[in-house]
Amino acid sequence: MLEVRGINKSFGPVHVLRDVALTVRSGEVTALVGDNGAGKSTLVKCIGGIYPIDNGEILVDGKPVHIHSPRDAAGLGIEIVYQDLALCDNLDIVQNMFLGRERRRGIVLDEPSMEHLAEQTLASLSIRTVSSVRQAVASLSGGQRQTVAIAKAVLWNSRLVILDEPTAALGVAQTAQVLELVRRLADNGLAVVLISHNMNDVFAVSDRIAALYLGQMVAQVKTTEVTHAQVVELITSGKSGTIA
Amino acid sequence: MIATLKRSPALPAILGLVVLCAVFSAMRPAFFTPVNFANLLQQGAATTVIAMGLVFVLLLGEIDLSAGFASGVCAAILAVTLDQMSFPWYLSVGAAIATGVVIGFLLGFLVAKIGIPSFVVTLAAFLAFQGVALLLLEEGRNVSVRAPIILAIANKSMHPWIGWAFGATAVAAFAAVQLWSWYRRRAKGVTAVPLRLTALKVGALAVLVIVTVSILNQERSFNVRITSLKGVPIVVPIVVALLVLWTFILRRTAYGRHLYAVGGNREAARRAGINVDRIRISAFVICSAMAAVGGIIAASRGNSVDPNTGGSNVLLYAVGAAVIGGTSLFGGKGRVLDAVLGGLVVAVIDNGMSLLNYSSGIKFVVTGTVLLLAAGVDALSRKRNALGG
Repeated sequence: MLEVRGINKSFGPVHVLRDVALTVRSGEVTALVGDNGAGKSTLVKCIGGIYPIDNGEILVDGKPVHIHSPRDAAGLGIEIVYQDLALCDNLDIVQNMFLGRERRRGIVLDEPSMEHLAEQTLASLSIRTVSSVRQAVASLSGGQRQTVAIAKAVLWNSRLVILDEPTAALGVAQTAQVLELVRRLADNGLAVVLISHNMNDVFAVSDRIAALYLGQMVAQVKTTEVTHAQVVELITSGKSGTIA
Repeated sequence: MIATLKRSPALPAILGLVVLCAVFSAMRPAFFTPVNFANLLQQGAATTVIAMGLVFVLLLGEIDLSAGFASGVCAAILAVTLDQMSFPWYLSVGAAIATGVVIGFLLGFLVAKIGIPSFVVTLAAFLAFQGVALLLLEEGRNVSVRAPIILAIANKSMHPWIGWAFGATAVAAFAAVQLWSWYRRRAKGVTAVPLRLTALKVGALAVLVIVTVSILNQERSFNVRITSLKGVPIVVPIVVALLVLWTFILRRTAYGRHLYAVGGNREAARRAGINVDRIRISAFVICSAMAAVGGIIAASRGNSVDPNTGGSNVLLYAVGAAVIGGTSLFGGKGRVLDAVLGGLVVAVIDNGMSLLNYSSGIKFVVTGTVLLLAAGVDALSRKRNALGG
């Protein structure tokens, strides 16, 4: 669905991404792994239109596209769920899910239809952990917030959802819930990119693993064809036997 | 139903009003008379209107310390254009409000685009506007306001029948809006508020309107042969209209939603594609424009404008009104109704303590304490929410 070819990105003298290539397929979870500073977040922000790329190509469905802003990315069906969630605590779930893209009738907000759609989206993802979509986000647990953030990304008929460390701050049960949701997204036909440090998460849900090492893509492999230890080696040294 | 009431953010202000009124009525029977009731509404109107504007700035977690003197400057523009340039009243009002808009734009620009903290920008403006008022009024002259329409705003009352018509319209409109929203929610199949609760709300408003209008329609003149004084003061429909307008904008439009979002989490709002700078500037524009309206009401009430119009306690009373009503100083939480309820509390304290012949000193101390109390409740409730996760 998404293909990235030969992307370079520098911040002044720091060359963060070097000729990075990445392929993401619909219906699959692609885990993006790498040590701190390997360039995972930068790559994601380039795809999401927050940083402009220095050179290289981004292709959606085989056609080259230009992404200059988060709006462009959203227009192509690319949604990013950031680590720090980007939800407003003082607003309720519906208000957060539609923030910046409210439905209106004339100049008046169309609350019933937004509420209806929010409920439908949550139901389609089999999310049953929130009791009311009119709850303020401040009253939700970490796992519920992550769920809302993901549901917000899915609401917009998005085709590619990128999750930046969705389980980093969660407990065991909540992590399981979120991973289950991530798997369901892919099973519903979406392309999913999961950034994670946690090997258990990666092996639990991903179909493919892409490893970044010091700004270079060192491997893109099927999850079933590698072992835990090999992935850790890729992350820490950039190579593992015959893989890279 | 009790639970719904308990969760209402208006509860402390309403309870405070009831207690204050009871205490003052007991200590000084003159407090609980139609004439004083009308007085109180006319005295509190300017503060309330300025507080309504402040709610917008407070929602963003900012502050406007210059709102008081901004209202003074706009009132001075009104007086000078009326008195010295013989503008018709509507042009003077327009000029005063336009001045407010320009002031707000300037403040908002300095805060949002240059990045100076609003506290500093508006503190500087607080001093500067004091000077501008002095300059406009040529070193402290007192300029009388003689335009009959301007004077009527805060001094005259409506014919009793117009008062009833206005009250009935307000209740009918409220009921219609509630029913329409209930019907739309039902049609979409999302949970609607039970009709019983809606009926109760409409009923409560109707009772409030009937009691208020019938008290205000009583004869208030001390000597009916000289002049008759009865009816709802004209400022009341003005304040109600502003309340409805701004509540609609905050609660029912995307702009209002975005204002809350910027106040709640600026980064999230930015990522949602909201133009954060524009929202912040607009809040200051609304605040200063409302300060101008407050200044016009103050000029009408005082029959004149002097360099102290909008000075001394006006700003503190206005901030106090918003916070006492339940608007948070930390941003993201507040309603325009808060300003009205809080404005009533402040007006009652001010009016009641004057009737008890307390000195200005004691009045300031009490009002300051009430403001601190309200801010304390705000800070503590925020802390409790943070702990509750």
